[in-house]
Amino acid sequence: MDALLTNLLFYFLAAVVLGSAAYTAFSPRLVHAAFSLLFTFFGLACLYILLGADFVGISQVVVYVGGILVLLLFGVMFTQRLEDQNQVQTMQWKWGLGFLGLFFLILVPVIYVTPWPVAEDVAAKPTGSTIAQVGELLLTKYFLPFEIASLLLLIALVGAVVIARGEAKTGEIENLEVE
Amino acid sequence: MSIGLEHYLFISIVLFLLGLFIIVTQRNGIRVLMGVELILNSANLNLIAFNRYLPAVEINGHIFAVFVIILAAAEAAIALAIVLSIYQQYSTIHLDEISNMKH
Repeated sequence: MDALLTNLLFYFLAAVVLGSAAYTAFSPRLVHAAFSLLFTFFGLACLYILLGADFVGISQVVVYVGGILVLLLFGVMFTQRLEDQNQVQTMQWKWGLGFLGLFFLILVPVIYVTPWPVAEDVAAKPTGSTIAQVGELLLTKYFLPFEIASLLLLIALVGAVVIARGEAKTGEIENLEVE
Repeated sequence: MSIGLEHYLFISIVLFLLGLFIIVTQRNGIRVLMGVELILNSANLNLIAFNRYLPAVEINGHIFAVFVIILAAAEAAIALAIVLSIYQQYSTIHLDEISNMKH
């Protein structure tokens, strides 16, 4: 019963993730595509939790749904114009679909041919919270990457402000320095 | 039939290909960013599925996934700033029309 429920949950989440991702790819409306990404990210967070990665799942919701998706929506609303609605040209669709199908046919057999060294005791693995383990690893084994990542985030934020500020403002500041 | 590693890898492949398809076919800058996010997410799903199903003592895969999420956040912030800057200069984010480094 428990295994059946897990299977049903998995297939439901897989359908949500793949369906909304496909809608993102094929929807002609940019805003619809952005909102469809919401379901993709949320379904993926649920899949992470189903795989026992609760911290990553919660980070996914906080960062992707709360941060990146909002940024994307801001971008859509700042730059959307009416004549930009239908941009997909048929030629590119054909080439893209052919490329996609070929790549798919190459990649899928690789999954089944490769002899993955799957652990025997997958079901017996501890399924408790991983937050304590993640915190301990981040502050011991992965301390240096953790600090570099925080520095990178700071640089990215400052860089984003500088880039998005535009040309006129930088000119004004140069004039101030000249005076 | 129980859910195995292959199921997750299959989802990951389809997500990756959809992201690649968006990047190849779409000419809107923000749509291309959405494709990049899909590809990063498929990589994350791979990391966590491998960490679950392959014999591993620690949860290194989770840590890597967290770093991928951090990098995705930084990438999204910078890329959106660049897109907005391009829009200010060119009044469009149609990628075929943006071929000059300086306007």
